[in-house]
Amino acid sequence: MRPTAPTPLTSRRGLLFGTAAVGAGAFLAGCTSNEPKDEKTAAEDRPAADEPGKHVTIGFAGPQADHGWLNAINDNAKRRARTYSDVTLEITEGSNDTAAQIGQIETLINKKVDVLVVLPADGKALTQVGLKAMRAGIPVVNLDRVFNTPQAYRCWIGGDNYGMGLNAGHYIGEKLKDTPDARVVELAGLDNLELTKQRTKGFDDALKNYPNIRKVARQAADFTVESGQAKMAQLLQAQRKFDALWNHDDDQGVGALRAVEQAGRDGFLMVGGAGALSAFQAIERDDGVLKATVLYPPTMSASAIDLARALGRGKGVGGMAEYEIPASVTLYSAVVDKDNVERYMPTGFR
Amino acid sequence: MTQPVSPPRYDSGKAPATAPPPAWRTLAARADVRTLSLLGVLAVLIVIGGVTKPDEFLDTRNLQLVLTQASVIGVVTVGMTFVITSGGIDLSVGAIVALASVWATTVATQEYGFAGILFTALAVGVGCGLVNGLLVAYGRMVPFIATLAMLASARGLALQITDGRTQIVTVDSVLSLGERDAYVLGIPPLVLVFAVVSVIGWLVLNRTTFGRRTVAVGGNAEAARLAGIDVRRQRLYLYLLSGLCCGIAAFLLIILAGSGQNTNGNLYELDAIAAAIIGGTLLSGGRGTITGSVLGVLIFTTITDIFALNNLQSDVQQIAKGAIIVAAVLVQRRTASTT
Repeated sequence: MRPTAPTPLTSRRGLLFGTAAVGAGAFLAGCTSNEPKDEKTAAEDRPAADEPGKHVTIGFAGPQADHGWLNAINDNAKRRARTYSDVTLEITEGSNDTAAQIGQIETLINKKVDVLVVLPADGKALTQVGLKAMRAGIPVVNLDRVFNTPQAYRCWIGGDNYGMGLNAGHYIGEKLKDTPDARVVELAGLDNLELTKQRTKGFDDALKNYPNIRKVARQAADFTVESGQAKMAQLLQAQRKFDALWNHDDDQGVGALRAVEQAGRDGFLMVGGAGALSAFQAIERDDGVLKATVLYPPTMSASAIDLARALGRGKGVGGMAEYEIPASVTLYSAVVDKDNVERYMPTGFR
Repeated sequence: MTQPVSPPRYDSGKAPATAPPPAWRTLAARADVRTLSLLGVLAVLIVIGGVTKPDEFLDTRNLQLVLTQASVIGVVTVGMTFVITSGGIDLSVGAIVALASVWATTVATQEYGFAGILFTALAVGVGCGLVNGLLVAYGRMVPFIATLAMLASARGLALQITDGRTQIVTVDSVLSLGERDAYVLGIPPLVLVFAVVSVIGWLVLNRTTFGRRTVAVGGNAEAARLAGIDVRRQRLYLYLLSGLCCGIAAFLLIILAGSGQNTNGNLYELDAIAAAIIGGTLLSGGRGTITGSVLGVLIFTTITDIFALNNLQSDVQQIAKGAIIVAAVLVQRRTASTT
């Protein structure tokens, strides 16, 4: 929960002056942001699989990084692209505004990039511009949030929300299979998102395999620390005793863990979701209720760059027999616990 | 509706800022009916909570929890009540809370300690309030627009500072204020801050010249100006006050959540406005009640608590919340018109 990266990047005087003059805020924001200095990700650890060849220009358009995971998506894509000497990455400013993102993608089409990687803020709303790119002869790698029709992309790569719930459910199920009348609680994410429903469905389906386990409560938070703290505090009050908690998101998990700490509660096992660095660190320390987290890997953007590069060079993927890259790749939501956390640590986002 | 400000008497050259005693008395009587009706709503909610979940709801820990959760938004609502009473609106409160919390936690991760975090949170709050106040009072911008602009830019700045990251606080002196052993006679420190802010807010609004001027400006700005009130300076102070409350709230939120995030304070503006309105503060200005606002916040927090204890899903919660806002305002109309 408490990462150790205190890097004093600013002088005290500069800070005091800046806080007084909010108008000059943008300047200070640059100086005081918690930019980690030495962040390594899996993208750098793995060398390029094959020799440099035909030059490929990849256009990358993603949503605004207003969440740790989305920020990690951008980082992973940039880092991966830098490892290839034959790849140029044209990256656009992230935006949650559909019209703005359509404009950005059209700009990339006009620039005649070789391949497009798009993580749409809204998959349905951006389908048309995906189609437009494909018609213009630019293959599209659709990242995570899926377009309405397969015609709008050459390849889809993304996470498995149902699988996240399924694996979290099985992990908890295995841990509690010898506990009679086990009670499980779920702290879900934003309820108006389709992905939240899929995560819950997977979780419920997995629990059906364990007749001794009953889900006694489910509350939805907003993927934020603040909502995580508030909803968890109430869940803890509502459920005096339970054996396991599944929390859909590690960011709201920071708040949830804070609520657990404030209530002085333990005696249950908590499983998180997504794969934040703070969650990995807590799992490694093993001094709290958080015992595992289910991945929704932000490294998928690095893999999207790999796929885009292969597409641009007209090659398949190393290790597969086919001449072409697959039409879709669904990533696996691995469970990270104390046994394997060291391996996943470099992929943790903050 | 009664005008809290009597028409200016041009002949005397100097009109009193307050209404004559009879008007005050009727106003006080009405305030009492409103307060009683709000207390009634709260009582009904407590009965509902007590009947549906007797063990969990009627529990000291739950009372502490409800009051703690009410504290952050409660402090914001006190500031908002002043602004609305003066006929203005502050849409930027949530964004200011977000900016203040991320800026203060940026300091936190750089080991500036308790004072650094507190000072930064307050300074950012006051700074944003100052900008709002200058835009509204001296830039002659409509409060809705000026604070909407602040909402957008403060959220943007908060996002820029954090890059979407969750900034976790490691300063133990700050974190410990949110723990149980910091409770004073069973009262969490956050709740004490909320109580102190509310009492000061009540005293300022009801017992000081500043409060009377606020009501006067909201009732009839032109009359207030003719009565010798520096309306512009008064407005500046009111947005500063709201900003200060946001700074305090940001600090409380840092204690509570143990971190700063650009999504902090999400939709606080709407919650604070809703609480002030169901409390009996007039959106058109000229009448404000801190007691009502505090009760409004407590009603909302209690509803959320009862829903969570009964494991109702968020869609049901939202529908019920909307229904309760409508019901509370309708009940108030009725009680107000029958007095």
